[in-house]
Amino acid sequence: MDSEIIRVIAFLVGVIAFAALNAAYLVWLERKEAAHIQRRIGPKEVGPFGLLQPMVDGIKLMTKQILIPDGVDPILFRLAPILAMIPAIMCFVTIPFSQELVARNINLGLLMIFAFASINVLALLLGGWASANKYAVISAARAVAQNVAYEIPMLITVITMVMITGTLNLNDIVAQQPNISQWYIFRFSASPLMPVAFLIFFVCSLAETNRAPFDLSEAESELVAGFHTEYSSMGFGLFFMGEYANIVIGSSLAVILFLGGWQDPFGLFPGVWWFLIKLYCLIFTVIWIRWTYPRTQFYGLLNLSWKILIPISLFNLLLTAGFLKVF
Amino acid sequence: MGAYFKELFSGTKSLFVGLQITFGQMLKPLVTQQYPHEISTMTPRFRGHIELIPKEDGTTKCIVCGMCQRSCPSGCITVAGEKREGVKGKVLTKYRLDFTKCSLCGMCVESCRPGAITFSKEYNLASTRKEDYTFDLLKRLEEKAK
Repeated sequence: MDSEIIRVIAFLVGVIAFAALNAAYLVWLERKEAAHIQRRIGPKEVGPFGLLQPMVDGIKLMTKQILIPDGVDPILFRLAPILAMIPAIMCFVTIPFSQELVARNINLGLLMIFAFASINVLALLLGGWASANKYAVISAARAVAQNVAYEIPMLITVITMVMITGTLNLNDIVAQQPNISQWYIFRFSASPLMPVAFLIFFVCSLAETNRAPFDLSEAESELVAGFHTEYSSMGFGLFFMGEYANIVIGSSLAVILFLGGWQDPFGLFPGVWWFLIKLYCLIFTVIWIRWTYPRTQFYGLLNLSWKILIPISLFNLLLTAGFLKVF
Repeated sequence: MGAYFKELFSGTKSLFVGLQITFGQMLKPLVTQQYPHEISTMTPRFRGHIELIPKEDGTTKCIVCGMCQRSCPSGCITVAGEKREGVKGKVLTKYRLDFTKCSLCGMCVESCRPGAITFSKEYNLASTRKEDYTFDLLKRLEEKAK
C-alpha cells in the first residue's frame, strides 16, 4: 500500500483517539480538580483514583437511546452534534505536536484553524434552533452574540502575532521560539504588551469555547443545559466531546503562539513531551478558572469584550506595528 | 480615563487573588468523610435506640421491675422475667423494643433504678422491612458478651 495512505490513516486514527481520550479524561480531571478545590476527593470508586470512571461514563452514554422529540427539525437536529465534532477534529490536523508529529504542515495552518473553529458556533446555533425548545433557542442566541464579540479581539491579537512572526505556518512559528527568553509571551522587543496579548488571547479562547466564567449559553441555573437540552445519548456526547476538543485546541494554539510549542524552555530536549506539559498546564488553568469565578452577567460579558479587550488589543496592534517599523 | 485604568488594574489583580485562594484550598487537607469506608464516632450525648448495659460478667443489671415498660409513653418496650431456683430476684427472659414507635424521649433510661439501660450509638439502621426495627435487646446483649 502507498505509504501516504498509511500516514493519513495513522494520523486520522491518532487524532480521533487523542480527541476522544482527552474528552474522557479531561472530564475526570475536571471532576478531580473541582473536588480538591472544594476539599473533597472526587471520583474514587471505579478503578484506582477513579481512573476507569470516564470509560464507564462513555459506555453508559453509548448504550443509551437517542430520543428525538416531536416538533424538532429532523435533519438539523441530527446534523448539529456532528457539525460540532468534525471541525474540532479537523483543527488537530495542523497542530504541530512536535517538529515531525504533525498531520499536515500547511502554510495557512493558523488561518485554517480559525476557519474551522468558527463553524462550531454554527453547530451550537443549529442545535439550539432545531431543538424547538425555548431554553435552547435563548442559549443559541447567547452563544452567537458571545462568539461574535470575542472573535474580534482574538483575531486582532492573532493579526499582531502574524505581523511579528511573518508566517501562518504553526511549525515555523514554534521554530522561532527556541528557548524561554524568545517565547513570544516574553518577546518585549516586538511589543512591551506581549503578556497582555497572551492574557487577551487566553480570555478570548475561554469565551470562544463557552467555558466558565463565560458559560452563559449553558447556564444550568437558568437554561436547563442550554443548546443541548433536548439531546440524549451520543448526541449529547458529541457536543460534549466537541467542547473539550475545542478547549484542547484553544490551549494548544496559546501554547504554540506564545509559549514555544514543542520547544524546550532551556533549549535542550525539544519534543512532544514539552508540548503536552505546557498544554496540560494551560488546561489545568482553564479548569482552575472555572472553579474559581462565578458566571458573568451578559452585559458584563459584552462590556469586557467591547470596552476592554478590543481597545487594548487594537492599541497593542498599533504599538507592535510601530515597534516593527522602528526597530 | 484614569478611573478606567484603575478599575482595570484592580479588577485584574482581584482575579489573580481569587485564583490564589482556590489554589490554596486545593493544597489543604480534605474535609469530607468517606462514609461507607469511614464511620465517625458519635458524641457522648447521641441518642440511638436503647440497649442493656452488661455487668462485668456479661449479664444484665436488669431486675425486671418493669418501670421502663410503664414509663414509656408510646408503649415500645415489652419486658418479661421469671423466678428461678437459687437465684435472688427475678431473671430477665425477654426485652423487646419496638423502635418504629420510639421517639427517643429517654423516659425509660431516666426511670431505670439499677441503671441497666442506656442509649446506644447505633445509627446505621436503614431497612425496607418493618420487622427489622423490632429489637431483641437481651439477644443483643448476649451477642455482645461473646
